[in-house]
Amino acid sequence: MNNDPKHWVARHVAALPKSGIRDFFELVAKMKGQDVISLGVGEPDFVTPWHIRESAIFALERGKTYYTSNLGLIELRREISKYVATHFNVEYRPDDQVIVTVGVSEALDLALRALCNPGDKVMFHQPCYVSYHPSIALTHGVGIAVPTYAKDNFALTAEALRAAWQPGAKVLMLNLPCNPTGGTCSREQLDKIAAFCIEKDLIVLSDEIYSELTFDGVHTSIASLPGMVERTIFLHGFSKAFAMTGWRIGYACGPALLIDAMMKVHQYTMLCASIIAQEAALEALLRGWDDVLRMREQYHRRRDLIVRRFNEVGLKCHSPRGSFYAFPDVTATGLTEKEFAVGLLEKEKVAVVPGIAFGDNGAGHVRACFATSYEQLIVACDRIERFIGGAKGTKA
Amino acid sequence: MNPVLKLLIEGGSLTTGQLAQVAGMTEPEVNQHLEQLKKEKIFLGWRPVLDLSHEAAAGAVVRAVIEVKITPERGGGFNRLASRLARFDEVESCYLMSGGYDLLVFVKGPSLQKVASFVSEKLSTIEGVLSTSTHFMLRCYKDQGFLLDQGDANTSRLNVAP
Repeated sequence: MNNDPKHWVARHVAALPKSGIRDFFELVAKMKGQDVISLGVGEPDFVTPWHIRESAIFALERGKTYYTSNLGLIELRREISKYVATHFNVEYRPDDQVIVTVGVSEALDLALRALCNPGDKVMFHQPCYVSYHPSIALTHGVGIAVPTYAKDNFALTAEALRAAWQPGAKVLMLNLPCNPTGGTCSREQLDKIAAFCIEKDLIVLSDEIYSELTFDGVHTSIASLPGMVERTIFLHGFSKAFAMTGWRIGYACGPALLIDAMMKVHQYTMLCASIIAQEAALEALLRGWDDVLRMREQYHRRRDLIVRRFNEVGLKCHSPRGSFYAFPDVTATGLTEKEFAVGLLEKEKVAVVPGIAFGDNGAGHVRACFATSYEQLIVACDRIERFIGGAKGTKA
Repeated sequence: MNPVLKLLIEGGSLTTGQLAQVAGMTEPEVNQHLEQLKKEKIFLGWRPVLDLSHEAAAGAVVRAVIEVKITPERGGGFNRLASRLARFDEVESCYLMSGGYDLLVFVKGPSLQKVASFVSEKLSTIEGVLSTSTHFMLRCYKDQGFLLDQGDANTSRLNVAP
C-alpha cells in the first residue's frame, strides 16, 4: 500500500513550478512589523470608491443573495457592452457575446479550456503575468514563449512573434499594457500582429486589464482592428481601473459560439460570479468613470516620479506607457535581480519583485509597483538610492 | 493649471520637498510657486487637521455653526456686515448662503459658555443682524476630507502579489 499522498497528485499539476512570487512573498512575510515599504504588490492602493462599496451594501439590504444567470446579470452585461463599445470601439451583443467571470483569471482559464485540445500550442509573450504559462499547462496545452526585450521597452513585435511561431500554433495570448513590464504595442506593430494572426489562423486572447491605465497616447484593442473581432476573445475586468481587486469580477466578450463554449465550462465549475460583486460592478460602470480618471492621474504622476528617480540613481528604466509597474534594469549595480531584490529588502526594507519571476527575459530587472502613496514612493526611492550607493561601494 | 496649485487643491498633506518630487521640480521652484500664489492671495496658509475627540486634545475647543439672518444694505449688499462678522477671532469660517438664512458662521471657543456669550453679546447685537440660530457640534465623523476613527482595513493589503 502506498500512503504517500504525492502519487495521487496529477502529473501535470505536480510538474507545475511554484510561482517565483510565492518565494518572495514568504521572504517579505518574515519581515512583518519592520517598516517594509512594499512596491511588490499587483493591485491599486486605493480602496474601492465608496459609492461602489455602498451599492454592494444596498444590494445586500435588498436581499440580493441569489445566483445570477450563468452569463451574469443582464443589466451588467448591457453596461459592459456599452462600455466596451465606447472605450474600445468594438460591438458585442449583451445577450450572447458577453460573459461575467470571477476576475479575468477565470475568464482566461475558461477561454483556454474552451479552446485547447491536449497538445495544442499557445503562444504568449514573456515576461508576462505569472499565471499565463501554468494556465496553459493546466489545460494540457503547450506554451510557446515569445520574448520581448528591454531594447524595445518590452513591446511585443510581429517579428518576434513570427520567429517564435511553430506549425500548429492555435492561440495567441496578449496582455497589453503588460504586467510586469508596462510594455504596450505601437499601432503599427499591432496592425502587423493582427495581420500575422489572420495569416496563421490564430485565435487571440486579449487581456486588456490595464488598458484604462494608459498614460501616453490612446489604447487600441486588437479586437477593434479589421478582421480581428471574429478571432479575438476580449478579456477585461474591474480590478485595476476601478480598484476592485478583491471583488473578483471580470468578463469576456467574443464570438457567440466561443462565449457559449466558455459558458459551458463556467456553468459546471463556477456557476456564476457573486451577485453582490456584480451589483457593485454595475455601479462602477454607471457612475465610476470619474474615479478612474482621478486614479489614473495619480498613477501618471507616480510613474513620472519613480521612473525619473530610477534613472537619476542609475537604474535604467523605460517609462511604461501603461499599467502601474516600472521595470528597471538593475544590472548596473553588479547584482542579479534576485540579489538586488533580497539585498534591498534586507538592508533597506523595500520590497520589489525579481523580474525572473515573470519569465527568463525578466532577468536583470525588477518589478516595482508604483500604486502607493507619494510619501511612501519618495521614501522608497531614497532608500533604493542609498542601497545602490552601498551596493556599488562594496563592488568597487 | 499651475501644477503646485493643482496638488494643493487635491488636498494631500505633502511637504514642499515631496511636492517638488511629485511635480517634477526642485524644492526652491516649489517655494517660488507658493510665494507667487501667496502674493496673488490664492494660497493663504497651512492649517493642521486635528481629531479633537482624542483625550490628548479633549476639552480644548467647542465648535458651533450659526445660521445668521441679516439685513442687506443699499450699495454693499451683505458684504460689509459679513466681513465685519468674519473679523472676530472666534469665527473660523463665514459663508454667504442661498436659502432660509444669509450667513453660515463657524465659530469656536474654549467652552460652551464662551461661545454662547460670543453669540448673545457680540454677534446678535450687531446692527443689521436680525436673528441667529446656533447649533453646537457634538461629534465629528469627517473633517476636511479626513475620516475620523473609522478603522478602515486598507492595511491588510498583501505585501507581494502577482
